[in-house]
Amino acid sequence: MDLVSILWNGLAAFLTLCIFSILYKDNPFYKLAEHLVVGVSAGYFAIILYYNSFLPKVWVPVFHEHKFYYLIPTILGVLMWTRFSRKWSWVSRYPIAAYMGIGMGVAIPLTMQAFIIVPLHATMQPMGFTSLSLFNNLLVALGVLCALIYFFFSKEHTGAFGGAATIGIWILMIGFGAGFGLTVMGRVSLLIERFTFLRDYFQQLIGLL
Amino acid sequence: MRWQFPLLIVFLGGLFMAVQYFVPLEASERVYEYALDWIIIVGVFAMCLGLWSLFRVSLAKIQTKAPAWGYNFITLAGLFAMIILGLTSGIEEGKPFMDSFWYIYTPIQSAMFALLAFYVASAAYRAFRARTLIATILLVTATIIMLRLIPLGPLSGVNQTVASWILTVPNMAAKRAIAMGIGLGGIATALKVVLGIERTYMGKD
Amino acid sequence: MGFYERLMTLDRRVVYLAMALAVAIPLFIPFGVPIYVTREVKSVYDFVESLEEGDRLLLAIDYDPNAMAELHPMALTISRQCFAKGVKLFFVTLSQNAPGMCEQLVSKLSKEFNKKNGVDYVYFGYKPYPGLVILSMGQNFRISFPMDYYGTYVDSMPIMQGIRNYDDMKAVIAFEAGWVADSWIRDANGRYKIPVALGVTGVMAADYFPYVQSKQIFGLMGGLKGASEYETLAKQEERIASRGMKVQTITHIVVILFIIVGNIGFFMSKKKKI
Repeated sequence: MDLVSILWNGLAAFLTLCIFSILYKDNPFYKLAEHLVVGVSAGYFAIILYYNSFLPKVWVPVFHEHKFYYLIPTILGVLMWTRFSRKWSWVSRYPIAAYMGIGMGVAIPLTMQAFIIVPLHATMQPMGFTSLSLFNNLLVALGVLCALIYFFFSKEHTGAFGGAATIGIWILMIGFGAGFGLTVMGRVSLLIERFTFLRDYFQQLIGLL
Repeated sequence: MRWQFPLLIVFLGGLFMAVQYFVPLEASERVYEYALDWIIIVGVFAMCLGLWSLFRVSLAKIQTKAPAWGYNFITLAGLFAMIILGLTSGIEEGKPFMDSFWYIYTPIQSAMFALLAFYVASAAYRAFRARTLIATILLVTATIIMLRLIPLGPLSGVNQTVASWILTVPNMAAKRAIAMGIGLGGIATALKVVLGIERTYMGKD
Repeated sequence: MGFYERLMTLDRRVVYLAMALAVAIPLFIPFGVPIYVTREVKSVYDFVESLEEGDRLLLAIDYDPNAMAELHPMALTISRQCFAKGVKLFFVTLSQNAPGMCEQLVSKLSKEFNKKNGVDYVYFGYKPYPGLVILSMGQNFRISFPMDYYGTYVDSMPIMQGIRNYDDMKAVIAFEAGWVADSWIRDANGRYKIPVALGVTGVMAADYFPYVQSKQIFGLMGGLKGASEYETLAKQEERIASRGMKVQTITHIVVILFIIVGNIGFFMSKKKKI
């Protein structure tokens, strides 16, 4: 580990401990790290946007390749900035309208296909009691139906409808429980990574000393 | 001008993109490609709005000496330091810009999310109660899923099978129902936007 | 105050300390835990293993540093497996803080395997509006990425000769920490029918099982466990995720104990009140 690496990793370890200090109580070190990350992430994103998006999509096509039709979306994009002016903010509606129209239009058939039709088709599988997979398909179909019934609040949840909604909420709770179980693993993974980094750094530092 | 033309743009753009999905003509594919190309360029400038907003708010707090304004100075220092490093050194691995990303941004971001592990443990201890039947169902399911990661000797095989069944049958049914609900909601919202019924994204006069 | 009431009102910092010790102590004790491989992860491994030299794979590195612990090991293992087989890799990032993740991965592995940028792999870089970028790549990669991350024209690269869109790729493997995963399913697989596999964080994993059953994705790797399962199958030397699983075991035991103790305290103090 060279000196530059020790210093950089030392800074990383210090900032990690600054964040962890909030577990005891709020303090200036935590606030320092919190505000620093906001600025650094904004600056990082600005540079990535410049090199990866602005230069290849705007600057080079217009000023080097002379594709002047790219000035149209460029002007539209610049019009977005009028959002900050009280007098001219209505002008920003044009680029927003273009984005929303295209984005929403594209989403309608694709969402219908990918999140309604295909899942419905996948739910309607051969069902029965003669094998485990057939029985599982039956459970899935009933589970999806009951959970969807639970979300139908236009009708009162009474009688048979209410019974199906009750089964639906049980199915949903199983889903949320599974999600929580996996969430614990997910959150702990991040903590393991940070502690591993701190262990490795301090072990190397002690080794050098 | 202020409302009608933008709403017309939304309607025509939305209608074209929705219909284009079903029209495999080369001409419509060309227009589709141009639309995607140009909107990505609009997006590049739209992303700058957030950056400018951050700069404006932080500067205002410094100028008015708002409480804890010194921290806003740190924010702006970080912002400008990264911009200067990026413009002078480039964005390849090993350069000061990327070193700052790895040794300043990454540890803070990772540590912030690592805090959630502590909060999950605290929530598990203080809030996770089997008060009702449905809370008990949630608790038992979460425990079975968590037990997947614990070697249980002869019971490990059984637990792995049960956990796998939970994830691929009832959990799958629940998540599919939720996803379909979200999908239907998304389509309804998209239709409302394209038809001009939903206009909140345009702001106020 | 009774014992159970005191148990219920334990200072949260004691809980934090217990959690910290549960993570820190196993890091210094060498032991291993068995890793059970699931069908969903094996599907991804079998697919990558079936690829031949010269095949093309699109890898989407769409995670920020906050998901690095879970997704970076997966991305590293799969990229290594592909480079070892001579598979051509096409990297793209659609999350704003992911370019740094991908740059580190690409730099590290290109040196390790002596792979040349523009010949053996290409790193397209980042563009905003992920959904629209995914759709544009289905038409032509050059719409969104006329140049790569380093500013080189993609048309000047040997690897990009004859490559137009998803039709020229065997599949997409996307490493996701957010909603862009839905976009890969809806837009890439939904419209262009390219096979998609996902590596997602533990938090998201439970939500994507329906898409495996409906065959909208051909595999799913969830969180650190998914990464460790893949590492077990790949049998590579560096196993970052697998080393973390022993700590996961101890912390899960601690969390389950917290739940049990908390509920004992709750029911016993409730019983006392009655």
